[in-house]
Amino acid sequence: MTEQLDAGLVAGEIAEHPDALSKPYAGGELGRGRRRKEDAKLVTGQTNWTDNITLPGLLHMTVLRSPMAHARIVSVDVSAALELPGVIAAYSGADLADVQGALPCAWPVTAEMVHPDHPPLAVDEVRYVGDGVAVVVARDRYTAVDALEAIAVEYEQLPAVVDMEAAIAEGADLVHGDKGTNTCFRWPFASGDNYAETVAAAGDDAVVVKRRFRQQRLLPTAIEPRGVVVAPIAAADEYTVYSATQIPHILRVMLALVTGIGEHKIRVIAPDVGGGFGSKLNVYAEEVLALVVAKKLGRPIKWTESRSENYQATIHGRDQIQDIEIAATRDGTLLGLKVELLADMGAYLQLITPGIPILGAFMYPAIYKMKAYDFHCTGVFTTKTPTDAYRGAGRPEATYAIERIMDELAAELGRDPMDLRKQNWIRHEEFPYDMVAGLTYDSGNYEAATEKAEQMFDLAGLRAEQERRRGDNDPMLLGIGISTFTEMCGLAPSRVLGSLSYGAGGWEAAQIRMLPTGKVEVTSGATPHGQGHHTAWSQIVADALGVPFEDVEVVTGDTDSSPKGMDTYGSRSLVVGGIAIHKATGKVLEKAKRIAAHLLEAAEGDVEFSGGTFSVKGSPEATMTIQQVALATFAAHNLPDGMEPTLDSDYVYDPENFSYPHGTHLCAVEIDSETGFTTIRKYVCVDDIGRIVNPVIVEGQVHGGIAQGIAQALYEEAVHDAEGNLTTGSLVDYLVPAAPDLPHFDTGRTETPSTSNPLGVKGVGEAGTIASTPAVMNAIHDALRPFGVRDIAMPATPERVWRALRHDDGTPRDASGTVAYGGPSTNATSGGTS
Amino acid sequence: MIPAAFDYVAPTSLAEAVSALSEAGEDAKILAGGQSLIPVLRLRLAFPSTLVDLGRVDELRGVREDGDSLVIGAMTRHSEVMDDPLVRQYAGLLAEATATVADPAVRHRGTFGGALAHADPAGDLAAVALALDAELVAEGPGGRRTIAARDFFVNYLETALSPDEILAAVRVPKLEGFWGVRYEKFHRVAQAWAIVGVAAAVRMDGDTPGGSIAEARIGLTNMGATPVRASSVEGALVGAADRAAVQEASSSVAEGTSPPSDLGGQADYRQHLARVLTARAVTAAAGLGG
Repeated sequence: MTEQLDAGLVAGEIAEHPDALSKPYAGGELGRGRRRKEDAKLVTGQTNWTDNITLPGLLHMTVLRSPMAHARIVSVDVSAALELPGVIAAYSGADLADVQGALPCAWPVTAEMVHPDHPPLAVDEVRYVGDGVAVVVARDRYTAVDALEAIAVEYEQLPAVVDMEAAIAEGADLVHGDKGTNTCFRWPFASGDNYAETVAAAGDDAVVVKRRFRQQRLLPTAIEPRGVVVAPIAAADEYTVYSATQIPHILRVMLALVTGIGEHKIRVIAPDVGGGFGSKLNVYAEEVLALVVAKKLGRPIKWTESRSENYQATIHGRDQIQDIEIAATRDGTLLGLKVELLADMGAYLQLITPGIPILGAFMYPAIYKMKAYDFHCTGVFTTKTPTDAYRGAGRPEATYAIERIMDELAAELGRDPMDLRKQNWIRHEEFPYDMVAGLTYDSGNYEAATEKAEQMFDLAGLRAEQERRRGDNDPMLLGIGISTFTEMCGLAPSRVLGSLSYGAGGWEAAQIRMLPTGKVEVTSGATPHGQGHHTAWSQIVADALGVPFEDVEVVTGDTDSSPKGMDTYGSRSLVVGGIAIHKATGKVLEKAKRIAAHLLEAAEGDVEFSGGTFSVKGSPEATMTIQQVALATFAAHNLPDGMEPTLDSDYVYDPENFSYPHGTHLCAVEIDSETGFTTIRKYVCVDDIGRIVNPVIVEGQVHGGIAQGIAQALYEEAVHDAEGNLTTGSLVDYLVPAAPDLPHFDTGRTETPSTSNPLGVKGVGEAGTIASTPAVMNAIHDALRPFGVRDIAMPATPERVWRALRHDDGTPRDASGTVAYGGPSTNATSGGTS
Repeated sequence: MIPAAFDYVAPTSLAEAVSALSEAGEDAKILAGGQSLIPVLRLRLAFPSTLVDLGRVDELRGVREDGDSLVIGAMTRHSEVMDDPLVRQYAGLLAEATATVADPAVRHRGTFGGALAHADPAGDLAAVALALDAELVAEGPGGRRTIAARDFFVNYLETALSPDEILAAVRVPKLEGFWGVRYEKFHRVAQAWAIVGVAAAVRMDGDTPGGSIAEARIGLTNMGATPVRASSVEGALVGAADRAAVQEASSSVAEGTSPPSDLGGQADYRQHLARVLTARAVTAAAGLGG
């Protein structure tokens, strides 16, 4: 070991512990199935969740929430709460009206968008069950909860607005009376040829299929609910905000803008964060309230969300009605697609609420070539919890609609659904391909992924079995579902976000710091909440710098130590943040090479770098490891003239394009026609996410993603009653599947590198969720198609399936008279739109 | 969430527990495994003045033989019941149904007696107790009394126990001879409550498999405000010797039931499920499949 420090530059008299110095780089880090660095502390309970944080003098905040979906607040009386021993303060919305500001929406999708004021605590009106009305601050959590019951609120009930279509009908009750409408925005987007003209021009040769799909409302259900701790230094007007958030950097900016506290006076720390799925990609009332109250009282404040609160007050996902129309010629060639979307905003606009359906707008054409595309979205206010990003955010909705209607079109045309896809998808030699929706897909190979998936699945064998069993009138119905999906990842090129009126950029920041002993510190603005960033970043850095994996430490989630970033969502971390790190290593190497050349007395052009060692062409004995260069730089005894004595680098990477992961997911279901119960018999996926950094992490992301997508297809649904109460308000009624409910996932991969970034990576965080929902639902519809069943709402509960198999009078439907892939469809018309 | 404040006593004998309950008055609640009560407290849907925790009353735990019956202590955990050799031998239906209760964490906390005393008609074990003609042994200030299962479940979450009585044990008559058993539970995810459950115990003619049904006992989960014993179907099943006959006899199982209509399913769907599941449970219990 010590010969690596032969210069003896600083070691001098210091005895070196053998482990203090680096072992040589063994190579092969990229693509290696490393166990995650994060897991040891997770499985041994050495994590630092927000709720674990305790501080001297900590006070506990609780929030009184509206029990009504819509009401005028007549009065709020906190006086009885204040009299309870241990209660320090209690505030109504009116009490905080001057200081609480308004919660931000950073995505005004149109200039005319209706953007209602969103006070963290309601002042005049409550607009969803769970809307905050008052806060209590007490010495302990028990007292803080007890005191909520001592607050007297008088409400004057107003009409709930629950149904989106009713909300935009003439004379509807209004969510925001002063706005005069429940329509938040209308967002038209036509691209390519005119859809109506294209269909008309095809005349009798045009086949048009229409469907209405509902994306039910979903509850993100991160395993850790939200929480926030604010530690003020009153004398300095400085605040440290700990929050279970995906976005410490964005939160810091937003808290400054909302409260008027200087951004430089706010430090945000996201400690260990237990999942988010987009639900922690937000700026929440409680974060603002805890900060405002901590400032008022000069004492540290903690708020921890219960699961019941989580289901009411944390954003919900999806909730769209999709009217889809697809047109093709009789030979199956797609002509165009028309999408009319209603998107439920809920009662207010959270951080990117209006942008979620817009993100999906570009993905409806998916992997298919077509000439005409017509999209229109209406954002609608209702008296329900606001919606916002939920795993996939716009893309699962789009993928579901196109993949479902491709199957319906295949049925209408009497075609095999896979053949119809093959006829219309972009062939691998056609990349890069300019899509009708305006995106340029950089790469892909749908043929390869599909061929592999078909083999793993034994698609032909299952089709044969299905035909045989249908012939035998088997009461167990076999269905086969296909999902050949793509998505856009790597959010996002800042210019594109600007063109969509998003309020910020899409870059990501990284910093590399070579320490004197040759260890490496890496900071990243991409903040993890379960993904495995620290492992993946270590592998990228180890590979680039030729240092051992163990020698890399990743620092994230603190605006003091990793001050710049755009955080984690939209499968962007590796594709944007990982590239930032890769580019930062390049800058380190560039400088290290100049120093090595100087010390080795060689021309820079003659110095080569490989496996962590600089060497001089033609002089095999003249070498220096990167660790030796780091130490020499630290000592700074002999550096090139004028060179700064540091081996650190910063890089902020702004992507030039999105990346486009794709894949083929195949699902076989068995439906018990007597009960309607669906069992997934076989699930195969072949994902092409480009180059793999860590296959173990990829496998975990794919498994979790598929599970979450299956959950939308079969289990999960947030249900509101006519008064706007969430009737699935706990995990008793909101069914999240667990391991016993899920099948074995047979996963495979193809690797078609992205050409948009130097590592060829594409992102994997949402692929499974996006792909699996339509795969399962297509399988269910495939099983039921011989019975004339046209569409089953999600989740496809046993009862829904059972009812679909019956006529209105309760008698069972039979499968006679229809053929596979065919049968008349009353909702389809030929010869043009209708 | 955090429960409202309450007093807490943890007696170590049944006698102590009975007097503690009497002293605590009518707003007291008995804490057994806590798997239903604690969530209710945390949601502040109940505000008991005192919790009498039976967790330290050792005499309420365990399974023993007593002549033709098993005596199962009310505080015996689900995980202990389902793995108990006596239960497996003489009350296989109970072992089978208990294994479907919620998830392993709940089964290691929840108790047999607690589940019966809670009397949730969606709970799996009440229907089993009915089908097995169990007797419930209650201890109160006036002494001990025994209540037949069919008299025990009075209404939704309501039993024949008086407020000062504690369910001490459950006597389960042994099934002797050739009995086949099956608990058919229909639920959407593994840890969820039953939408409908059917507990079936069937004795075959001549005490051998493959003959006709000599005696059948059917309990229904979540088909009304209380668990249901489907006596009329039991009679109709006698003599059935094949699947078709079982299906025919099972078709009337839902008659007279008033199942709930809720997020889990509408009443007519539940009634349909009861018919299908009864036929399946009996067919399997009787070995008439195939």
